[in-house]
Amino acid sequence: MPANSSLRDRFERGLAAPICLTWELTYACNLACTHCLSSSGRRDPRELSTAEAKALIDEIAAMQIFYVNVGGGEPMVRRDFFELIEYAVSSRVGVKFSTNGTRLDAAAARRLAAMDYLDVQVSLDGVDATTNDAIRGDGSYAAARRAMDHLAAANFGPFKISVVMTRHNVAQLDAFEALAASYGAQLRLTRLRPSGRGVDTWDELHPTRQQNRDLYHWLVARPDVLTGDSFFHLSALGAPLDGLNLCGAGRVVCLIDPIGDVYACPFVIHEQFLAGNVRDAGFGAVWRDSELFTSLRAEGSAGACASCGSYDACRGGCMAAKFFTGLELSDPDPECVFGHGETALANRVAVTLPSPKEDHSRRVALTLRSRVVG
Amino acid sequence: MRDLATASLDVTRAWALSPEVSLRDEAFGALAYHHGNRRLVFLKSPALVALVRALENFADVNDALDALVAPNERARYLEALRSLERSGLLRAR
Ligand code: SF4
Ligand code: SF4
Repeated sequence: MPANSSLRDRFERGLAAPICLTWELTYACNLACTHCLSSSGRRDPRELSTAEAKALIDEIAAMQIFYVNVGGGEPMVRRDFFELIEYAVSSRVGVKFSTNGTRLDAAAARRLAAMDYLDVQVSLDGVDATTNDAIRGDGSYAAARRAMDHLAAANFGPFKISVVMTRHNVAQLDAFEALAASYGAQLRLTRLRPSGRGVDTWDELHPTRQQNRDLYHWLVARPDVLTGDSFFHLSALGAPLDGLNLCGAGRVVCLIDPIGDVYACPFVIHEQFLAGNVRDAGFGAVWRDSELFTSLRAEGSAGACASCGSYDACRGGCMAAKFFTGLELSDPDPECVFGHGETALANRVAVTLPSPKEDHSRRVALTLRSRVVG
Repeated sequence: MRDLATASLDVTRAWALSPEVSLRDEAFGALAYHHGNRRLVFLKSPALVALVRALENFADVNDALDALVAPNERARYLEALRSLERSGLLRAR
């Protein structure tokens, strides 16, 4: 590689191990959020056993993956949840886990507070029950607030409040900031992608173009707000937001799902982005050698974005957002700040939406498989 | 807790990588992760990685730079060490 090639170019060609590894412990969940990226609900009988999960942690530690983002489903419904995260932390693999908070009672909060190398993110998608519960279900706002109260009472320290930005909560940014401050918590905002059950709800939930612009300026003024690098498509509006500003799928990011399937990123649970399974030859073999990851690391082309002056900032946006709205991967992001994604969508007469490979929703949901635009 | 007296890199003292830090080699150099403050830092050259790893074998930073870094690169590497120190990755021995 040429000596002057930037770090980002290097990252686009992949690393020895991921920086951002998400591991979803279970598809089981006691909530049924309308935008759930993994269509969670029912436990999958093929879920990794405790012994398999520990062997995976051993491999993660050996690969020097410094921390894992643990999610689900609701990870705390696994009976061996504490056993696994305590095993990870004692193997020097830090744990950042996301929870809906329903199982986070006073005793659990005390147990979490006693652990090092652990971060907790409580999901909340509205600053009041009406906004939140419309997406996350009745009673979910009260449950998340109770979990936060327990963490605060146990002196956990600065936990995170994790918000998926929607059309209904962009106006609540300042209120979210105040809520986080009142707990001494950190605010974390992430982008809504049309993944999982989100494929059906993205159209009506994703922020408008004006709201995305407002969000960008709000974030630029607040570099301490965490974003998981998820709004880099908005960097086309001006100065780049903090972070790597690239699609890390298969390059620095990947997902291990509850049954050990490895996907390019948590937002692309679909066979087209399935790289392999940890039960075969382990995670490392999939990460290093899978055909899919090798091709994602090959020099990409800018596609329809080649003539855009902001391509260097935005890199054409999010692969998952394009795929699940029916765009080509060479098209602009559906939320392209200049509206080119909307144009690309509008120019397609019939858009066939891919359906998720596995749907673990508890009720048989009406899956919208195709729609006509335009 | 950081001792205020060691809060900036004293080149006449002995330093080492903090025991809280893990290094992972990568083609461009290494990733360094501080498990305590959760900082992830990119070491963008293999020579810097070698220098950081070797610090613990030298009586002070000057000796390490003399031994491992060409004179015309010295200022650049010293600045890199200072920035690692500010991120809490190094500790005085
Ligand atoms: S045209 Fe492409 S690169 Fe330019 S801002 Fe839109 S999505 Fe980003
Ligand atoms: S597909 Fe989207 S969510 Fe996944 S890594 Fe790329 S930009 Fe991020």
